[in-house]
Amino acid sequence: MNPLLLLRLTFKSILNRKFTSGLTLFSIGISVCLLLGVETIRKEAKHSFTNTVSSTDLLVGARSGSVQLLLYSVFRIGNATNNIGWDSYEKISSHPSVAWSIPISLGDSHRGFRVMGTSSEYFEHFRFANERALSFKQGRPFSAVYDAVVGADVAEELGYKLGDKLTLAHGVYDTDFARHNDKPFVLLGILERTGTPVDRTIHVSLQGIEALHTDWQSGTRSRDQVSAEQTLEMDLEPKQITAFMLGLNSKMEIFKIQRAINNYKKEPLLAVLPGVALGELWQLIGVAEKALLVIAVFVLLNSLVGLLTAILTSLNERRREIAILRSLGCRPSQIFILLASESLLFAVLGCVLGVLLFIFSVVLSQPLLQQYGLYISLASFGTEQVAFIVAVIAASFLMGSIPGYRAYKQSLSDGMSIKI
Amino acid sequence: MNAKTKQTLLRVNHLGFRWPTSQGDVIDIPELTILSGERVFIKGESGSGKTTLLSLLGGINLPSKGCIDIMGTDITQLKQSHRDRFRADHIGFIFQLFNLIPYLSVIENVTLACKFSALRSERALIKSASLEAEARRLLSHLQLTDLDKQVSDLSVGQQQRVAAARALIGAPELIIADEPTSALDADSREHFLQLLLRECAQSGSTVLFVSHDSSLEGIFDRSICLRDINRANLRDKAQQGGLTK
Repeated sequence: MNPLLLLRLTFKSILNRKFTSGLTLFSIGISVCLLLGVETIRKEAKHSFTNTVSSTDLLVGARSGSVQLLLYSVFRIGNATNNIGWDSYEKISSHPSVAWSIPISLGDSHRGFRVMGTSSEYFEHFRFANERALSFKQGRPFSAVYDAVVGADVAEELGYKLGDKLTLAHGVYDTDFARHNDKPFVLLGILERTGTPVDRTIHVSLQGIEALHTDWQSGTRSRDQVSAEQTLEMDLEPKQITAFMLGLNSKMEIFKIQRAINNYKKEPLLAVLPGVALGELWQLIGVAEKALLVIAVFVLLNSLVGLLTAILTSLNERRREIAILRSLGCRPSQIFILLASESLLFAVLGCVLGVLLFIFSVVLSQPLLQQYGLYISLASFGTEQVAFIVAVIAASFLMGSIPGYRAYKQSLSDGMSIKI
Repeated sequence: MNAKTKQTLLRVNHLGFRWPTSQGDVIDIPELTILSGERVFIKGESGSGKTTLLSLLGGINLPSKGCIDIMGTDITQLKQSHRDRFRADHIGFIFQLFNLIPYLSVIENVTLACKFSALRSERALIKSASLEAEARRLLSHLQLTDLDKQVSDLSVGQQQRVAAARALIGAPELIIADEPTSALDADSREHFLQLLLRECAQSGSTVLFVSHDSSLEGIFDRSICLRDINRANLRDKAQQGGLTK
């Protein structure tokens, strides 16, 4: 007896029930696609989240919480509780163990996007993802006081091109009376997309930030305004910054320097390892992502139960068929295989359909997801996804053994007295 | 015909059967012998245990006691898988209704019997070049020409002829027919029976034909009334206060 015959019988039997089989297959396909999608987005979200900052050894700000420091300095969410004195920055960054440092000065905005004052070292040393450096889509880094470099999202959403003039606003709310109207910035460069908060940031020099605020005191414009040209004549060395990033010569020294900064006498500072802080933050927001996965697993379970129901329902209709096969010499064990292979076939075809749906939806939704900084590529289809598919097939084989066993039992007890 | 020159095909001894859930025996047959090539009519009303008897003879169910000897093999002593093999090789079944597998073509339905038995496949290939050709040959002998139709589109009479062809292909020694004509009208009933018996005679198969309809009795070599041989039946009737012995 050819085992392929059983498979052929199963296949033809499924084809005979085209409509219900199609629906069952579709439901499995959709839930497999959902599961793959959720798993991929989960992985990619975590990936792009933990990749917002890379190769920075220490993140330093005024003393607060490590998560808060990470939120405002890297994710540009919320505000710093306090600033750091420029002299502290100079002292720490000139330490012999420090290879490079990037100052960060926050507090201004432009039409909903945060403005970050920094130095040219930012373009040189800042890394994201796997040690990727920033690169320019157009233009070049700022050099003059009123130069600005914007992230990809800023340029895209506001429709900016090189040479455009930007009016920055004091604080994160862009209101008329808070605008630095008198000192417009010129757009000098547009960065390539990174999938990190850099895309939504406007970068200017520290001197630019300083120039904006020469005639500001305690958050309001002072009476005697200083023109843009006059400002350039003044000493624009910053007095305060918000935070800074440090790269060290040797990884071995991270903890030593961290301890030294945390014990800094002149002002209360906090140094954190970005990776550790990112991990803490992800633990907070990672719950949602786990909930998503649980839901996807339940949807899949639901469609497998649907498969079981469909097969068990068909089993009653097929008692006749089974009795005929028995009379032809088909063994009860072969009846079992006949029924069990049906759900296996459904699962395999359902998984194929699910993967195709997944590929299709990834291709379709890629541009949309990129706006959220998620880079879902088919390359991210990895061992987890394959493991899921194997699990689905194994689960449905287990489920298939239920109708298989019932048919086996029935075929023994029915004998030839066939229920119609 | 002289019965003594013929070999015994089937012998039943002290056969008893009861369903696991029921109290009394359904089958209690002390003795039944059928000779090779014989065409036997077994008459029994519905509920007289004829379907049960047939599934015992076919080795689908196992009797509670007694032996069933077919061509020198006591099938009650065989392992289940060997009994299934034995049935596939040596017995062809025709049921009352719905004999066919709906998702297979007419030809596939017929050749399916050979797929479960290498022996019948071999025998079929002696007669024709391929299983399909043998199926066509048998079907044309049974005067069925609409071979390209879906089986569900065939009339009941046509379906029964496809079932007969499936029982006959590969010339099994025993053909067991369980009321195959009861769904047919009187004319086609006789016609079907003649075609079936002619083919059985050609392949040398023994026929066990079970029916409640005694009008067909005359065509067969021998007629057995199930009530006469099955003692379980008598007891049953006696309990109901009908017959006493």
